[in-house]
Amino acid sequence: MLSPWFLCRNEDLKEMLESNKESLKLEAMKRIVGLIAKGKNASELFPAVVKNVASKNIELKKLVYVYLVRYAEEQQDLALLSISTFQRALKDPNQLIRASALRVLSSIRVPIIVPIMMLAIKEAATDLSPYVRKTAAHAIQKLYSLDPDQKEHLIEVIEKLLKDKSTLVAGSVVMAFEEVCPDRIDLIHKNYRKLCNLLVDVEEWGQVVIIHMLTRYARTQFVSPWREDAVFDENSAKAFYDSEEERRVDQSKPYIMDPDHRLLLRNTKPLLQSRNTAVVMAVSQLYWHLAPKHELSIITKSLVRLLRSHREVQYIVLQNIATMSIQRKGMFEPFMKSFYVRSTDATHIKTLKLEILTNLANEANISTILREFQTYVKSQDKAFAAATIQAIGCCATNISEVTDTCLNGLVLLLSNRDETVVAESVVVIKKLLQTQPSQHSDIIKHMAKLFDNITVPMARASILWLMGEYCEHVPKIAPDVLRKMAKTFTDEEDIVKLQIVNLAAKLYLTNSKQTKLLTQYILNLGKYDQNYDIRDRTRFIRQLIVPNEKSGALSKYARRILMAPKPAPVLQSAFKDRDRFQLGTLSHTLNSQASGYLELSDWPAVAPDQSVRNVEVVEPVRLPCIYLVFKDNVKNFDAVSWPVCVSLQASSPVFVPETSHELLHRMTGKGLSAQYRFTRQPCIYGNSMVSLQLTLSNSTDQALENIHISEKSSTGQNIHRFNAIERLEPQASVTVSMGVDFNDSTQAANFQLCTKEDEFSVSIQPAVGELLLPITMSEADFTKEQGKLVGMNESSATITMTPENVSSQSVNRKVVSVANLGVIPSGQENIYRFSGKTVSSGSLVLVSVVLKDPDAVITINTEKTVMGSMLLRQVKTALTNSGP
Amino acid sequence: MIHSLFLINASGDIFLEKHWKSVVSRSVCDYFFEALERATEPENVPPVIPTPHHYLINVLRHRIYFVAVIQSEVPPLFVIEFLHRVVDTFQDYFGVCTEAAIKDNVVVVYELLEEMLDNGFPLATESNILKELIKPPTILRTVVNTITGSTNVGEQLPTGQLSVVPWRRTGVKYTNNEAYFDVVEEIDAIIDKSGSTITAEIQGVIDACVKLTGMPDLTLSFMNPRLLDDVSFHPCVRFKRWEAERILSFIPPDGNFRLLSYHVSSQNLVAIPVYVKHNISFREGSSQGRFELTLGPKQTMGKAVESVLVSSQLPRGVLNANLNPSQGTYTFDPVTKLLSWDVGKINPQKLPSLKGSMSLQTGASKPDENPTINIQFKIQQLAISGLKVNRLDMYGEKYKPFKGIKYMTKAGKFQVRT
Repeated sequence: MLSPWFLCRNEDLKEMLESNKESLKLEAMKRIVGLIAKGKNASELFPAVVKNVASKNIELKKLVYVYLVRYAEEQQDLALLSISTFQRALKDPNQLIRASALRVLSSIRVPIIVPIMMLAIKEAATDLSPYVRKTAAHAIQKLYSLDPDQKEHLIEVIEKLLKDKSTLVAGSVVMAFEEVCPDRIDLIHKNYRKLCNLLVDVEEWGQVVIIHMLTRYARTQFVSPWREDAVFDENSAKAFYDSEEERRVDQSKPYIMDPDHRLLLRNTKPLLQSRNTAVVMAVSQLYWHLAPKHELSIITKSLVRLLRSHREVQYIVLQNIATMSIQRKGMFEPFMKSFYVRSTDATHIKTLKLEILTNLANEANISTILREFQTYVKSQDKAFAAATIQAIGCCATNISEVTDTCLNGLVLLLSNRDETVVAESVVVIKKLLQTQPSQHSDIIKHMAKLFDNITVPMARASILWLMGEYCEHVPKIAPDVLRKMAKTFTDEEDIVKLQIVNLAAKLYLTNSKQTKLLTQYILNLGKYDQNYDIRDRTRFIRQLIVPNEKSGALSKYARRILMAPKPAPVLQSAFKDRDRFQLGTLSHTLNSQASGYLELSDWPAVAPDQSVRNVEVVEPVRLPCIYLVFKDNVKNFDAVSWPVCVSLQASSPVFVPETSHELLHRMTGKGLSAQYRFTRQPCIYGNSMVSLQLTLSNSTDQALENIHISEKSSTGQNIHRFNAIERLEPQASVTVSMGVDFNDSTQAANFQLCTKEDEFSVSIQPAVGELLLPITMSEADFTKEQGKLVGMNESSATITMTPENVSSQSVNRKVVSVANLGVIPSGQENIYRFSGKTVSSGSLVLVSVVLKDPDAVITINTEKTVMGSMLLRQVKTALTNSGP
Repeated sequence: MIHSLFLINASGDIFLEKHWKSVVSRSVCDYFFEALERATEPENVPPVIPTPHHYLINVLRHRIYFVAVIQSEVPPLFVIEFLHRVVDTFQDYFGVCTEAAIKDNVVVVYELLEEMLDNGFPLATESNILKELIKPPTILRTVVNTITGSTNVGEQLPTGQLSVVPWRRTGVKYTNNEAYFDVVEEIDAIIDKSGSTITAEIQGVIDACVKLTGMPDLTLSFMNPRLLDDVSFHPCVRFKRWEAERILSFIPPDGNFRLLSYHVSSQNLVAIPVYVKHNISFREGSSQGRFELTLGPKQTMGKAVESVLVSSQLPRGVLNANLNPSQGTYTFDPVTKLLSWDVGKINPQKLPSLKGSMSLQTGASKPDENPTINIQFKIQQLAISGLKVNRLDMYGEKYKPFKGIKYMTKAGKFQVRT
């Protein structure tokens, strides 16, 4: 029950809330919030508080909201009293008030108001203010957790909000997507490129969520970029490349990265420079899971930088580095010294660093690492010293050159004063000896000598086991040890007792003359031990080694059972199989699947249709199927039109300029105006045509009828006309598409644009860059083809670059904006390569830009020498001009 | 995402709780207390603790544990980074982030937490936006508010929330326009017994205090930008410009912020500004140990080494230390075995030293480990990497601001093994 004091205090608060003075009310609310913060119950004030929900004082109102959200679940009926206030506030002209009303309304967990919430969310999702839309995205998750039955409706809202172009909304809606319908990958397709492009400008928390989602998305949509890696990679670990995944893939076909895949990698890279550690980690895991292996190294520096951050950040980052360093030592080896342990590090940080150092050890650096380990063994933190000894053991097994050195070092540690150190050394020595049993009888003897001084049970047990296992190497000492143990048997710990029984049994089998009596004595002691494990073991051993009429056939095999050669234990990292979890996730940190963890799928063997990500401008004439040229039907194209030896795969354009050119001015066109732009897509009307988009608008006050292109074309180019437009209303405009075969020349296409009454001569003058289609090829193919197109087919120029053009983005952007070319991922920093083919004849056009500070050499190789020189001129101007 | 937050002080009391979704009972913290008990040091509590139904992610700052309760998969760094951001915001608002400050300002704290997270997902974490939503408490404002009944809470949506420069508010006005930049470099180093450097790195930051009217656009260029090996920026810095020209171009946030942090890699040679001569020895069978320590400057480019503080964790067997400093004062805590010596400034003519004996537990064997020595120091007017700012220009506004650049070198994690 409440104490009378508390009761009277609450009475006093109630009075204050019911007074007329704002300041008193505010004071009361502040005290109530204080109570909530302390976790005290203030629920019986609900009626008094809820009355103030419509207060004019904004701070008072906010505090009431805080209270309401906290207690509405307990006082559902009373909470309903406040709903109408929020409904009114949802229509407020001030966006902050609309947003906060929605926030509170959706935070009230009262099932009755689900329909109201649903309505409010739908409305807010179309609000003009992006801030309100963001709030709507948050409300989706709240409603979903309150009533999962609303899922279908909510997905509709999510779909709508995913199309939102505001950076403010993007992060929140992806969060809602992840919570409500993470399996609906199909909703992402159309928004994929937009999300990639917006990413840099999204607020940092949204970035993390989007990057994680896109990582999952990419793993379902693109094929693995990892297959050809062995060529690029110097520090390859063989086992890794033998993994099944890569075996499956067809090796014969050269790998070409999907431009969308490249887009994602390119747009996330700058985020490695973020100040937010979560963003850096998110990008790192994206690269780890998606990037070709030879591009991975760029994340190393950023991850190492995070190690300067807070202790907790270090912990998570080190865990991830530990997992990475198992597979790819080379990534972190240059930064080995950043993982050196300081005496001020927390214990879990120290152990992680140790883990990483162990993973990084190889023949070249092992001596440095061992020297460092020697310092650690002397550390005051004994748990850490013990972990170091384990690490030395790991290094010794992994690198055979140093096994002996390590073993000797560990033997020296046996005379250490600290028990934990000695115990750990014994355990590790035992494991090491097991891997190389012969020629180490010296060490076993040494251990036998030290045996009396060692008190840690685990260590004693280990030594006894060693004695038994290798009793043939130390025939004189082993029985003596057994004799000593027989004396102290009753005082030993259980694990030691078990090993004594073991030793006795083994000696009995190998050297029964000396040890028969001792063994029987020990077995008798064991028979009456308090621990049933020991009693069981003793009974079992006795039946096994001492043949009698009841024991049957088993005792014949006693020697083979007990003295069987044992496989050496594998000393491996605890992070060995952590990579089954996506890096950077909670599940990875815990090494067990957390609830709500979304599995990262394996790469598909064949990429799903990539055209699903294309965002089309709505075209009036829609033709099915042969719409775009993609992988599946590319072979037919080869056979028909391209005499080129490499299979030229047309890819989607890297960049589509928005600029349109004037075809017909409204003054000359008597009110009809026309503009055209190049869509840079493969033309649907014919393989050798350039695709154009025409926008016709009527600026007269009468409708124009029967707009079409006249049949007689003056210059002999083949033109695919658009279907005649029956009627164009005043002030209306219509967009149509057409195709023109320019025959790979920049000669203008002249034709007549007709209406019912008039005819206008118009001409389209294409820029040379528009007569190309991008293709993708590998760097190797590019150089091969370039080698064929030399002499007359090559034109080049040297220019001086303006400094702002030097970055990779700007070079790429400038070139692709001038010409419709595909970007070839380049291994070298200062060389940029682009490839395309001419639309009509399908001749290869190769452009390369080599930066030699401050100069740049542009080289263009193509059979079409005229086009080559024109293109060279344009690229030259583009790269020398500053500006965007 | 983040379900609830509990604040726990050093003595294990939960003094604040906040829930963003349905209420999680505070008994969930029992799992945290268990972990706390198991840990030998406060720093050793694992940052992520799984419990049957929840996951607890905690950070320890200013001797307060910030424990976030998570129910499902979320990148742990996301939560950790956010919690640190919460602490930074509190520090920004109240000057200090202590239990007392939080308790005194519990209403502001609650309002802040309410704005920072919506349904557990970060909403506004940029300090400039928060300050427009909730004004930081000052004595004057508190007095005015009690008299007039006006509030700390803003009525309009901060413009930053919607603009492309969310970090800067509009309508900033100053009578004195000034921009100060501090280049602070920290040396992390491990020096081995014989005095040779095992590893040394320089970690630098540029902290700025910008009080400029309107929407200024600043550019900062360096004499030797190639020194910067790895950088991370405040979101205001235009990344493309840096990529292309190695120039920092940005519209600054208003007030204090960290513009840039950078790293000068361990591949470069790092100048080590101090050296230590030490002789710490224990003799077998004797209950006395010898302790000698001398500090001296080296590679300081003629600048004075100041605020030197030496600390060392002596072995457990040491009972007491009887030492004689040539300058400064020293303390030895017999419980924690922590020796610290406040040296002050190093005078190159008369090197500071600390000499004397340590008494050991009688009968105990000689400790087989030697303590490491941690050193802190400051050098004014010097960036040890040699980084120099070339010029600072302002565009977009007409007035002439007052500009200042200060350099400083500090010891980061500077350890000498003995």
